[in-house]
Amino acid sequence: MNAVAQVTQGAGVPSRDDAAVLVHGLTRRFGDGPAVLDRLDLAIAPGEFVALLGHSGSGKSTLLRTLAGLDPVTEGSVARPREVSVVFQESRLLPWKRVWQNTVLGQDGADRRDRAVAVLEEVGLGHRIDAWPLTLSGGEAQRAALARALVREPAFLMLDEPFAALDALTRLKMQQLVSDLWTRHRCSVLLVTHDVDEALLLADRAVVLERGRIRTDVLIPMDRPRRHADPRFEHLRGVLLESLGVHDG
Amino acid sequence: MHGEAIFGRLSGSGSVPARSAGYNQITLNCGMNNIYLTSRMNQAKLRRIPIEVPLKEGTADMSGTLIRTVSPVAARAAPRSAWRPRLGVLTRYASPFFLVLLWQAACSTGLLSTRLVASPAQIVATGWSLTRDGSLQTNLAVSLARAGSGLAIAFVAGVSLALISGLSRLGEDIVDAPLQILRTLPALALVPLFILWFGIGETPKIALVALGSSFPIYLNLHKGIRSIDPKLLEMARTLGLSRARTIRDVILPGALPDLLVGLRFAVGISWLMLVVAEQVNADSGIGHMMMDAEDFLRTDIILVGLVIYGLLGLASDQIVRFLETTLLSWRPSHRIARSA
Repeated sequence: MNAVAQVTQGAGVPSRDDAAVLVHGLTRRFGDGPAVLDRLDLAIAPGEFVALLGHSGSGKSTLLRTLAGLDPVTEGSVARPREVSVVFQESRLLPWKRVWQNTVLGQDGADRRDRAVAVLEEVGLGHRIDAWPLTLSGGEAQRAALARALVREPAFLMLDEPFAALDALTRLKMQQLVSDLWTRHRCSVLLVTHDVDEALLLADRAVVLERGRIRTDVLIPMDRPRRHADPRFEHLRGVLLESLGVHDG
Repeated sequence: MHGEAIFGRLSGSGSVPARSAGYNQITLNCGMNNIYLTSRMNQAKLRRIPIEVPLKEGTADMSGTLIRTVSPVAARAAPRSAWRPRLGVLTRYASPFFLVLLWQAACSTGLLSTRLVASPAQIVATGWSLTRDGSLQTNLAVSLARAGSGLAIAFVAGVSLALISGLSRLGEDIVDAPLQILRTLPALALVPLFILWFGIGETPKIALVALGSSFPIYLNLHKGIRSIDPKLLEMARTLGLSRARTIRDVILPGALPDLLVGLRFAVGISWLMLVVAEQVNADSGIGHMMMDAEDFLRTDIILVGLVIYGLLGLASDQIVRFLETTLLSWRPSHRIARSA
């Protein structure tokens, strides 16, 4: 492999004992086709923010679905905390339940509404508590989906391209929000994204997937808040883009 | 036809979605000899407007370019909508009112024989006297009880069967095929068999109503359950919702719009079934009252019966509509409709 592969060696992969999420030798294929995930190893430390990059068909979504428990583990092993939450690209709110009811869907206890209100205020949606989901804007719907994920106090949060369908300005605000929430809650996060800048703004570590294997695993050792003007930002951006097969001038 | 044009190409026998001012959704359907433009203004109203399509003679693929098609509705809708709310009620009922006047005039002048059709005034008078002696209420109560209990049975049966076949593959294998075969039978053809089985009491009438109205409830709810967005089901799984909770919070509310559509069809069918059941053999009920009147050439009583059936149909449709607006208030279309 090329220079990018050496970055892999340098990355600080958490040891097996203290990892929150541990994927070992995970292989997944559909029918007789090539493996979508090919003996994949991945460890995420408690409180670590990992961005998962890769082209369409590189196995990102399959990995996330396996970690979310939506796809079965047929070969290899996956260990993850019991409390996990997923935010998808679409908000997937139930249109027939009000925003606060969506937030605490499946939660029990007399204080359901109070908890919903608290978490909705945290994501900046305190004014839409009783709204019907179909009246929300795209950004508001994603905030509600984030609230629904956070109210469960997950030890591991999965974000499946959560901002891909939002306009550029809303996306910036949402990235800031996710960054703030993560700073406060300190859960492990796996962010699946196409956006290299997004990965560099938010994550502690970026992992590039190619044909079901990890091609690049690189630490992002920058202080927050991060700036595009930072020379390390530029350097890492080049590294990630190159491992994605994009060469910018 | 004339006015604004929709330009588009027609090909094959499929449907071509297009957009224009007056239509929410338009499909072009090609038959062998005619082509219709079907528009769904809302769920209740379906308009079919024939459009002219120049087709090359002898072309087998039914393709051609649509030029200047043309909907009078679309062309007129925009300017009219501004003052329509104020004058709407008047213009809407002017024509029926005028027709009733004409009918009354024809009867009064002897142009229409009252042996064929009673006059509107006579219908009102007969209706009033039937109410005064209590026979209308008695017969109405009997008919309502039959339709009501038949519908109740149909609702329970239709919903249970749809849940069984909608929620499990095995259930679908067992339940769906026989029902799909049965539903192709015209339920009214079962009248002789039902009389043989159940005699001429209340049972065959209620059974006929129940049978006829079960199918729309079953078919629509089954479809509703099966077409729940799989993404929502996936979401329910990631939230760790139990199967029972998924059914309660995701599947049933998601299928409710379809259930209500089925219910509306079922209510319509129940009246149809009732009319037939009460006219074939009965000693009470609106249908019986009408058949009795036939023996005495009392067209006024027959027409009172028809009016009652019409009012019942209208009222039950309104009830289902009310259910839709209250139960489906989360749908944006209902909110807009209500605020307008």
